[in-house]
Amino acid sequence: MATAVTTKKDYKIHRYQIEKRQQIWGVIFTLPVSLGFMIFTLGPMLASFVFSLTNYRVAAAHNSFVGLENYIRLFSGKDPLFYKSLRVTFTYALMSVPLNLTFAFGLAMLMNRDFKGKAIFRSIYYLPTIVPVVATSLIWTWLLDPDLGLINTILRQLNLPTSKFIYQESTVLPSLALMNLWTCGGTMVIFLAGLQDVPRVMYEAAEIDGSNWFHKLIYITLPMMSSTIFFNLVMGIINGLQTFTQSFIMTQGGPNNGSLFFVYYLYREAFELQEMGKACAIAWVLFIIIFALTMLVFRTSRSWVYYEGER
Amino acid sequence: MTIKQRRKILNLFWYIVLLIGSLICLLPLYWLIRSSLMDMGQIFTMPPIWIPNPVCWGNYKDALTILPFHKYFLNTIFITTFNVIGTLITSSLCAFGFSRINWKGRNVLFTCVISSMMLPYAVTLIPTFIGWQKLGAYGTYLPLMVPAWFGGGAFNIFLLRQFFMSIPKDLDEATIVDGGGYFRIWSQIILPLSRPALIVVGLFTFLNNWNDFMAPLIYLDNERNYTLALGLQLFKGMYNAQWHLMMAASTVVLLPALAIFVIGQRYFIEGIALTGMKS
Repeated sequence: MATAVTTKKDYKIHRYQIEKRQQIWGVIFTLPVSLGFMIFTLGPMLASFVFSLTNYRVAAAHNSFVGLENYIRLFSGKDPLFYKSLRVTFTYALMSVPLNLTFAFGLAMLMNRDFKGKAIFRSIYYLPTIVPVVATSLIWTWLLDPDLGLINTILRQLNLPTSKFIYQESTVLPSLALMNLWTCGGTMVIFLAGLQDVPRVMYEAAEIDGSNWFHKLIYITLPMMSSTIFFNLVMGIINGLQTFTQSFIMTQGGPNNGSLFFVYYLYREAFELQEMGKACAIAWVLFIIIFALTMLVFRTSRSWVYYEGER
Repeated sequence: MTIKQRRKILNLFWYIVLLIGSLICLLPLYWLIRSSLMDMGQIFTMPPIWIPNPVCWGNYKDALTILPFHKYFLNTIFITTFNVIGTLITSSLCAFGFSRINWKGRNVLFTCVISSMMLPYAVTLIPTFIGWQKLGAYGTYLPLMVPAWFGGGAFNIFLLRQFFMSIPKDLDEATIVDGGGYFRIWSQIILPLSRPALIVVGLFTFLNNWNDFMAPLIYLDNERNYTLALGLQLFKGMYNAQWHLMMAASTVVLLPALAIFVIGQRYFIEGIALTGMKS
């Protein structure tokens, strides 16, 4: 009897020791990321907000607290580039994200069959995404060259109207969206993986019921793929709104600031004009826009995204 | 026409569509290499020539000697290697802590890390820059290399965690019975069993660092310390209309990334597929 009590007590102590050990080692193993999160994410994020309330300049002798002045000045339109860059960024995202998703989805549908050389096709479509952005930008500057570029040459030989592409304000954003389409293979591979998880039985059942391809697409494929579409949509919006390198290299924001993306505007203010305070305010505006959009997509997703086995 | 025949024709049609699509995908790369092997005269010929004749290998020599590309190459290799090692070590440690040890606060921290994936980099950019500047690290490689050693990015931790969770826990218990600690489980059981996932993380980290443009752009001031991506941009500014040289330089920057892709093809496709699985 007495021994039984002791073993029970021993067991409790033993359990306590295991839990304590797990607690300590859990913290130790994740230490890099918890420190990293504080040093490189949370800290800078809060600091960025504080800076946005000052007129911080790198070279200035003293910087003072200015309250919401940076924000008020941005929204008052005193700097016309603020609204212009917002317009540019949204126009681009509205063109490029749906275009990219549609193409990637269509390609994935075509690829989701059994045929010879499937793996090779998949690699070829994925290939452009691994090209360094700087190289991609140079290649496309060359392809889109109005006089000597391949695309205009082909258009000319087909007797079709040519375009100035990135050298004209009205065509620069569509040109960049077109170029972005070249890298839709990354999204395509994610879609393809999702398509392969859709149970075949569903299609077979639908076929027995006499459904055509359109019914299958609307009633099986799209609902079953909704969580993947959702993921790609969110990531597409977040990445699209942060476009920078292409316009930095290809157009320097031009012509007439027609490709001055929001992040490029921020870069100019921060690193060319040294207006760090104002740049932080710009960053926070971007953050709030992205946050609001993501929340909006998350909210509405409840009505259109289907998660397997949920509820 | 029977249904079977119709289906066959339809399949052929879509196959041709895919084939044309893949040719369009490859065309810019072909044009890059074609232009890199031509002299000025051939480049400006209208209508364009498809195959360079004569082949001008000399463009590569010219392009690579105008700027110290060999130096940029070594700089980039140095940064990239260091960051791949740091990412592999720290992201696997963290993923281990998130998947195979039960402790209080685990889920809170994990949620924080995952949600940081959605944070626009622009928000943290400026204070991080000011911080490094205050530490006197502006112009050095520290700002480009240190962050990789702090978890190596939320995406990598997430990916490894998913993989680690699929390994049976019995193995851990067996090691503990044998008197081994968590570090031993991590290094002798989990890491050897996770080779494919680690390769995926390594490949993606390599490419991300190789292709990175913004960080070197804001942190490096001395041309001698430039990375390849930055060197290419500098080259563009200097030789704006010399397309043959610019294409040759671009090819050189692209080739290592291409080689890595060809070697690790299978892992890339699997890895990117993992991304969309649990959203």
